[in-house]
Amino acid sequence: MSIVSITLQNNDDARPIIAAILADNPKAELSNFPAMVKINAEGELIVNRETVEDKLGRPWDVQEIHLSLISLSGNIDEDDDRLRLFWRA
Amino acid sequence: MNAINSGASKKRLPLKEKYRHLTRGLHWDTTYQPMNKVFPHAAYEGIKIHDWDKWEDPFRLTMDAYWKFQAEKERKLYAVLDTFAQNNGQTNFTDARYVNTMKLFLTGVSPLEYMAHRGFGHAGRQMAGVGPRVACQMQSLDELRHVQTQIHTMSHLNKYFSGFHEFPHLHSRMWYLSVPKSFFDDAVTAGPFEFMTAIGFSFEYVLTNLLFVPFMSGAAYNGDMATMTFGFSAQSDEARHMTLGLEVIKFMLEQDEQNVPIVQKWIDKWFWRGHRMLGLVAMMMDYMLPKRIMSWKEAWSMYFTEAGGALFADLARYGIRLPKYAEVATAEADHISHQNWAIFYQYTHAAGFHTWLPSDEEMDWLSAKYPDTFDKYYRPRFDLWREMEKEGKRFYNMGLPQLCSTCQIPMGYTEPGDPTSIAFRSSKYNGDTYHFCSDGCKDIFDNEPEKFSQAWLPVHQIFQGNCGGATMEDVLKWYKLDGDNMDYAQSLDKKMWDEWQAGKNRVSG
Repeated sequence: MSIVSITLQNNDDARPIIAAILADNPKAELSNFPAMVKINAEGELIVNRETVEDKLGRPWDVQEIHLSLISLSGNIDEDDDRLRLFWRA
Repeated sequence: MNAINSGASKKRLPLKEKYRHLTRGLHWDTTYQPMNKVFPHAAYEGIKIHDWDKWEDPFRLTMDAYWKFQAEKERKLYAVLDTFAQNNGQTNFTDARYVNTMKLFLTGVSPLEYMAHRGFGHAGRQMAGVGPRVACQMQSLDELRHVQTQIHTMSHLNKYFSGFHEFPHLHSRMWYLSVPKSFFDDAVTAGPFEFMTAIGFSFEYVLTNLLFVPFMSGAAYNGDMATMTFGFSAQSDEARHMTLGLEVIKFMLEQDEQNVPIVQKWIDKWFWRGHRMLGLVAMMMDYMLPKRIMSWKEAWSMYFTEAGGALFADLARYGIRLPKYAEVATAEADHISHQNWAIFYQYTHAAGFHTWLPSDEEMDWLSAKYPDTFDKYYRPRFDLWREMEKEGKRFYNMGLPQLCSTCQIPMGYTEPGDPTSIAFRSSKYNGDTYHFCSDGCKDIFDNEPEKFSQAWLPVHQIFQGNCGGATMEDVLKWYKLDGDNMDYAQSLDKKMWDEWQAGKNRVSG
């Protein structure tokens, strides 16, 4: 399977999202760069609203991720409850 | 962040339904005029679309959410820019050499953001489906935001440093800036589907990480909080742009099998054009950042070989393969930054930013990052130039270089597999001979000679007398260079920087 990835800012808004991704995706691997983190995972990566809300302690709209996103690699599917990144090959 | 959630009532429509209302409910087929007259560019490139309703934006961003998030991004960005200026953030850079990367950015990249604003406005207008039309409109607005925020950010640096004061003037005249300018002019003068493939897919999806991520992470590493912030603010839109680019490609490929060869040809062309243009970024990463994030070769491996490999494996189901000459581009990652920096060193008198030779420590870094090539092919050249500087014979190349008729870069690149021979290719068209730096650039010309034979090539224009006069001095005056060129060591930037540093060390009071 190919690697999907998501790159987020390393700041206060993004940290709960990063923590949620690492909690929900056991295959996820995190790399640190100046001011940002890149998370790779094989085949698929999911950001769940509930997990982020749990880390954040308040309601969270999945589209708020747009404030912290730097880059991504993979096909996307987003709805009210989660953002999914995946490759089909 | 509370502003985002206030008023978020539980009764609001689900995302998918909201998006459907915007992108289907607002569309109608015209009756006063036939649809093909209302969207006159939709068919001539040969792309067949049977059902625009099959388009779905995976982010499902609606206008209300778009304005809300963009406003939040702007508020955060301008708070930082204001603080940076108030706190004289420019005095905290690692080294004033760093500022030269920003000169390259403002003169070479920011004007492209403006062209992208125009290009997506135009391409979106020609899309007969409302889904891509809305996505193009959002991207057009994003790009305008990018150019504005970049100019605002760098207007502060312009108060102190050289090289910023004539950026729009330089963009249309300066020899090396014709590389990015002609790239984008080529894209915006193509049809809407080629434009989307060129900029939306090949540039935004396949290559943009190699531009923005190193620049912005580099800014963060070199103490430039303002640039890091505008960069990541822009890049947060970029994730949406990448997704639009990928969706357009998949949409074209799924709509009709006959679209596949057309799209593949565009991917081949725009991958190679993008690769050539990003050679400027390669040089920035390996030579111009005082503190480096990673080498160009490492970035290429991460963002093209790995991420691009996954992408093209995904697209293989449609019969799409890796771009032609991808393996040549990968092999060039070992050479391109060294060859480009050498070109700028030789032509420092005609550049809008300062140059320098790498220090011993920097050369050791380059040796470690490029074990197969740096010591063998490039260190000896820099050593020789350093000796010549010591003897008071600093090397300036006073001849005007031959340019590649496609990418417009001086013909300084070497043969694939033979780094000691310069690569030359040529084609005949209407009785004239055109020269190219590579097979990739020759193929592109040969496919569209009517277009590329009309290119505004800086060296040709100088020889034709269209650039201020016959001498180097005349041309530099026409560029409006005023202490912006030559080596960093003798620059006003360095003089000012050294005074700032001395001021920091002086006993206060």
